[in-house]
Amino acid sequence: MIRNFVRVNLVALGLLVGPATAEESFIVVQSTTSTQNSGLLDYILPGFEAETGIDVRVVAVGTGQAIRNAVNGDGDVLLVHSKQAEDQFVADGWGVERFDVMYNDFVLVGPKSDPAKVKGSTDIVAALTAVWDTQTPFASRGDDSGTHKAEMQHWQATGIDPTNASGEWYRETGSGMGATLNVASGMDAYVMTDRATWLSFGNRGNLEVLVERDPRLFNQYGVILVSPEKHPGVRSAAGQRFIDWLTGPDGQTAIESYKLDGQQLFFPNAK
Amino acid sequence: MQSFASEFNQAITLIFLGDSELWAIVLLSLQVSIFAVLISALIGMPVGAALAVARFPGRRVLIVLMNALMGFPPVVVGLLVYLTLSRSGPLGVLELLYTPTAMIIAQVVLVTPIVAALTRQVVEMLAEEYSEQLRSLGVSRLASVPVLLWDARIALVTALLAGFGRAIAEVGAVIIVGGNINHVTRVMTTTIALETSKGNLALALALGAILIGIAVAVNAMVSALSLRAEEEGLRHA
Amino acid sequence: MRDLISEMAGCLSVDELQITRKGQALLNVPHLSLDGPGPTLILGPNGAGKSLLLRCLHGLIVPERGQVRQDGALLNADHKARQGMVFQQPVLLRRSVAANLDFVLKRQGLTRTGRKSRIEELLAEGGLEGKARQSARSLSGGEAQRLAILRALALNPETLFLDEPTSALDPSATQMIERMVQRASARGVRIVMVTHDIGQARRLATDVVMMQGGHVVEHGVAQQVLDTPKSLASRRYLAGGLVT
Repeated sequence: MIRNFVRVNLVALGLLVGPATAEESFIVVQSTTSTQNSGLLDYILPGFEAETGIDVRVVAVGTGQAIRNAVNGDGDVLLVHSKQAEDQFVADGWGVERFDVMYNDFVLVGPKSDPAKVKGSTDIVAALTAVWDTQTPFASRGDDSGTHKAEMQHWQATGIDPTNASGEWYRETGSGMGATLNVASGMDAYVMTDRATWLSFGNRGNLEVLVERDPRLFNQYGVILVSPEKHPGVRSAAGQRFIDWLTGPDGQTAIESYKLDGQQLFFPNAK
Repeated sequence: MQSFASEFNQAITLIFLGDSELWAIVLLSLQVSIFAVLISALIGMPVGAALAVARFPGRRVLIVLMNALMGFPPVVVGLLVYLTLSRSGPLGVLELLYTPTAMIIAQVVLVTPIVAALTRQVVEMLAEEYSEQLRSLGVSRLASVPVLLWDARIALVTALLAGFGRAIAEVGAVIIVGGNINHVTRVMTTTIALETSKGNLALALALGAILIGIAVAVNAMVSALSLRAEEEGLRHA
Repeated sequence: MRDLISEMAGCLSVDELQITRKGQALLNVPHLSLDGPGPTLILGPNGAGKSLLLRCLHGLIVPERGQVRQDGALLNADHKARQGMVFQQPVLLRRSVAANLDFVLKRQGLTRTGRKSRIEELLAEGGLEGKARQSARSLSGGEAQRLAILRALALNPETLFLDEPTSALDPSATQMIERMVQRASARGVRIVMVTHDIGQARRLATDVVMMQGGHVVEHGVAQQVLDTPKSLASRRYLAGGLVT
């Protein structure tokens, strides 16, 4: 085993042969923590891999970093959730075309004691205003991720700039969703999270879902093939195959059938 | 909420039931770090020994630089290796990003300065002690290098173990260049980071326990060897 | 007469030797010939320049002024290869006792079996039989110094320099070393040894070099220098030495 490993590495180091050949036995997908941490990808990918023999390697980071990595060409497919940034990515020529894949939704989670009295509300903007009024701790991703961008949009709608209270009741973790949930759980803070990560999150402490089902909380995912014109190394054939599968009947059915605790997490809506 | 005690029990179960996923991760971690340390030894030891024995202009500057590199933040190393291996970077055509090789490269960058600096330190100390005696026996400066390296062997193994400790416990660099891809580049530290972020404390704890076990074993070896090295009048400062 | 002797075989001599540090003369020897057949002991207080002179004779230090000659020719690599040196603090390789000797023998190109029998011979000479496999660093002070002498002898030297080899040793360990030195001398090895021990000089020396403040103040037959010193510095040192 170790000998094999050594040989593989020598090959990879280019000591025995040249650069790896582009036979496209795998693709790299730049995606977000929400798709991975929720378990969705672990659930649907084996189907695609069995059908095509193409191994899907997922790098799960924030949407912002995923897009930057894709701009650098370090991925063949981009699967993220920030429509505006995705459209910009395609408009700038880094991506071929954007396709809707599915949506999930965000929820506002907070301590059971609920100092801002927002439980049961379906108005995210009013709820954030109440949090601001009571100066209750609020944990924000603060990492330019899709979730962070969505959160900032809702704050914008309240007319409040919470970053003025940065370091006081408004805490920017600069970390992923899970890490931010851990922080919120540790200090009984409000936090906006995607439902999928929340449901699969194991360390909830005193937190529970307080605000949900506001249509403004819907969270659209899109998939884009990284431009082979910008980066000739992109495995475009295999990447396109993955996109076709994901937005086709097989992928959409797989997404629909994924449930956690009996709840459907992602709602396919490819056109 | 699950109590931490139950998380801990689950962690123990994972370790002792030999969860294959868990052990595959441990094995990959060991492979990557051992490989990285071996390459670091091949580069770092001759460089360190040369700096200890040779005299040339700019030598002091190099030594200061090397010592500074010992404390280089792993995240920065990860970023630099990422920028190099990215398809937009100079070595992008090699398609090494998000492979174990990329992680080995990052760890080599992290560990080589440690090996080189510690080698320089111990060989220089030994060279000072041996210098007159070796010259009296007619051994030239160049021919003294293998003698010094061999006689410093215990202290050098200590240096390699120190490097291994840094490599295996490091997360910032390997998560950037490895991408923490399941079954491909997922090692102990990146799994701990991931599982913690998922609030999955059991697996994180199990891996943490194994990592601590490895750290303790490595440090016990370092300490035993240091004791021997000290008996021989050689110790890293 | 001096000049005549300096042309004899096995003769070491220095001329106009000078070493200064920060404007202070550490060593200033206009002329010295070491020619006697038996052990030469260099005697004097700390800081007299004894060790410095020894290192010049062995070529470890190149003096800023002056020459070192062997048999009339300037000291060269061939000469140095036929010299051995034992330091005040024995510097042993971090290897076994046998490996310390083997290191030198290997460099002489001896075969494996040749080295093996030579090592046994040497260990017997130094009373270190049975310690071949022991780590050299674990030897006692006396044993370590004996091994250092054996290693120097393994070079088959014409000249053996010893720099206060017994200064840190107890009387019985000192005696063993002195006997090794006497045996080597009897086999024809030219001995040049630094000491501050007047008794040692009496026991070993055929001729004595008295040093003081970087100068050679007296050089002559041992008994004469030790019993009827001519210079004031020698008389003072010997008188003080007898008291302590």
